[in-house]
Amino acid sequence: MLEIANLRVSVEGKEILHGIDLRIDAGEVHAIMGPNGSGKSTLANVLAGREGYLVTAGEVHFEGRNLLEMPPEDRARAGLFLGFQYPVEIPGVSNMYFLKAALNAIRRHRGLEELDAMDFLQLAKEKMKLMDMDESLINRAVNEGFSGGEKKRNEVFQMAVLEPRLAILDETDSGLDIDALRIVARGVNSLRGSERGILLVTHYQRLLNYIVPDRVHVLVDGRIVKTGGKELALELEEKGYGWVGDGAGIEHAAILREGALPA
Amino acid sequence: MIATRDGQNAYIDAFERFEKKVAAGDPAWLRRLRRDALARFADLGFPTMREEGWRHTNLAPLAEVAFHPALPGKNGISAGMLGSYLFGGRESCNLVFINGWYSPGLSTPGGFPSCAYAGSLAAALREKPDKIGEYLASAPGRESNAFVPLNTAFLSDGGFIFVPDGTRLNRTIHLVYLFAPGASPTAGFPRNLIVVGNGGEVTVVESYAGPAGGVYFTNAVTDVIAGDHSRVGHYRVQRESEEAFHVGSLNIDQAENAVVSSHSISLGGALTRNTIAATMNGEGGELTLNGLYFGRNRQHVDNHTSIIHARPHCSSRELYKGILDDRATGVFTGRIVVRPDAQKTNARQTNKNLLLSADALVNSTPQLEIFADDVKCTHGATIGRLSADALFYLRSRGIDEPDARSLLTYAFAGDILGMLGNKPLQCQLDLVLLAHMSRTEGMGAPS
Repeated sequence: MLEIANLRVSVEGKEILHGIDLRIDAGEVHAIMGPNGSGKSTLANVLAGREGYLVTAGEVHFEGRNLLEMPPEDRARAGLFLGFQYPVEIPGVSNMYFLKAALNAIRRHRGLEELDAMDFLQLAKEKMKLMDMDESLINRAVNEGFSGGEKKRNEVFQMAVLEPRLAILDETDSGLDIDALRIVARGVNSLRGSERGILLVTHYQRLLNYIVPDRVHVLVDGRIVKTGGKELALELEEKGYGWVGDGAGIEHAAILREGALPA
Repeated sequence: MIATRDGQNAYIDAFERFEKKVAAGDPAWLRRLRRDALARFADLGFPTMREEGWRHTNLAPLAEVAFHPALPGKNGISAGMLGSYLFGGRESCNLVFINGWYSPGLSTPGGFPSCAYAGSLAAALREKPDKIGEYLASAPGRESNAFVPLNTAFLSDGGFIFVPDGTRLNRTIHLVYLFAPGASPTAGFPRNLIVVGNGGEVTVVESYAGPAGGVYFTNAVTDVIAGDHSRVGHYRVQRESEEAFHVGSLNIDQAENAVVSSHSISLGGALTRNTIAATMNGEGGELTLNGLYFGRNRQHVDNHTSIIHARPHCSSRELYKGILDDRATGVFTGRIVVRPDAQKTNARQTNKNLLLSADALVNSTPQLEIFADDVKCTHGATIGRLSADALFYLRSRGIDEPDARSLLTYAFAGDILGMLGNKPLQCQLDLVLLAHMSRTEGMGAPS
């Protein structure tokens, strides 16, 4: 589904990712863990098509298409979704209008009939229930005045409505209390399926207690230094990032216990 | 300069023909009023960019054209063609004017107590000339620039609304000005007079529109006289042709505890100038001046507002928002004067501009002149572009770039519509705005 080969990315002249290789197949849940500044968010943003990142080498294919040549909206329509680390507030645009426009743009692309306001509202209510969200949020401006937890839930809610083929969740767990974390995990787990890939980008192991990954990758200083099964996350928590590297260039021996790192 | 003279002379030359044709039977005072105004206009001439208040607006394109004052007569506009220009359909009292002249066949007046009046100024001039004469003589701020005398020189029709003391007019009154330009460039001179007695209440919408590509000149003047404890909701929707010239002067005279709000939406016109002068002449008055201007291609839109706090304990709130695309230019000047008497004044002014292209330009000038010491006055102006983060957020969800830009642009304008305080009008202006935006971009209406 997603194939990343030797991806090198620079930001403002400085190389952040030094050759990433990663393959995600349909039905799989992958987690990328790493300390602050390791390039996790850069990878997520490059995959979604954010401006300001220069790909200097490598290729990314999504369902056989050259992802890096596609504008962000085409990536979304092809089924890619990015859950933002910092969801954007958009005053004056209601959640309802925004999400309906997005869903219908994607449906048009897939040759499906657009949903009218009634059908959309029904779908939205169902998914809001799943995310334990107050229904009044649908009529509020996108993320405006939402608490940190509400914003993250809103991201997963959007994902649940848009039903992407590949969901990339960038630190969706940061800043969540344990109840909100459970709800977010419930939303993500409801989308697990043989047709869908999920890439979790996270700092902490704790999210992976609720969303159990098939593969765990450790990203340190722009390189994937270790890949393993779900048990790798537990090991990391115990031993810190210093343990996984070969020692060279790894200075961020972060402590992974909850709350020990800034969100 | 010679060309400007030519344009100016065209009105002076046309005046006699106009007088003979439509004003021969008018009372002497009215004919004198016009002649004096014409002399005043000839004396002043069109403002130049050297004059304060006109420094960013070049009137040469308007002054160069020899416009002929529109005369009443056949215009080929039928009721069926009005549809998209009406707000509130049959719910509101629609007074329709073609080229500035009242059209009884197209209008749906009435529905008010007999002591009130909402109809054509021309009819009112025939029926109660002395009363109208009084108001015209006392109307505030008329001599501020050449456009008001020019309008007065050709004053003949428009909307006259009279709300007696303690009377509330429930139906919205809609003054619909449509232009049906002829073979040569024509000018219309709508004159509106809105007189609201003590404790009276009224909602008036003025709208101005013309066919795409039409070259014409609307020079409109509206006087609002708001009595003690009155409540006036005033709306101005300008959708002229993008080749047209539109100059509007609004004068508001507000008495004790009067609550007045005036909202101005400017979408059309090659050159638009709105001059608003509000004077708070009684204690405890509340004034809201809100505006939205949207320019594209080479449109130029200039909003010049002036609020005079003459008495204590008045509050004014002003929010003007501008959107400028392509090579459009915008001007906002917001003058607030607090006179020595006007202690406890509370005045807030905000101007926000969104530039959608690198070639668009806006000039924003707040002018506060405060002569009292116990007052609260704030002002702020911003000029910005669409947020790259917000654009990316929308696009990352599948909304393409043009639609994302439209959506954010619409959202920028949204709070002005949200503050109209008139739900049916808000819904209709919502559609007007979306239709306007979709002429260059492909977004559907929200549902």
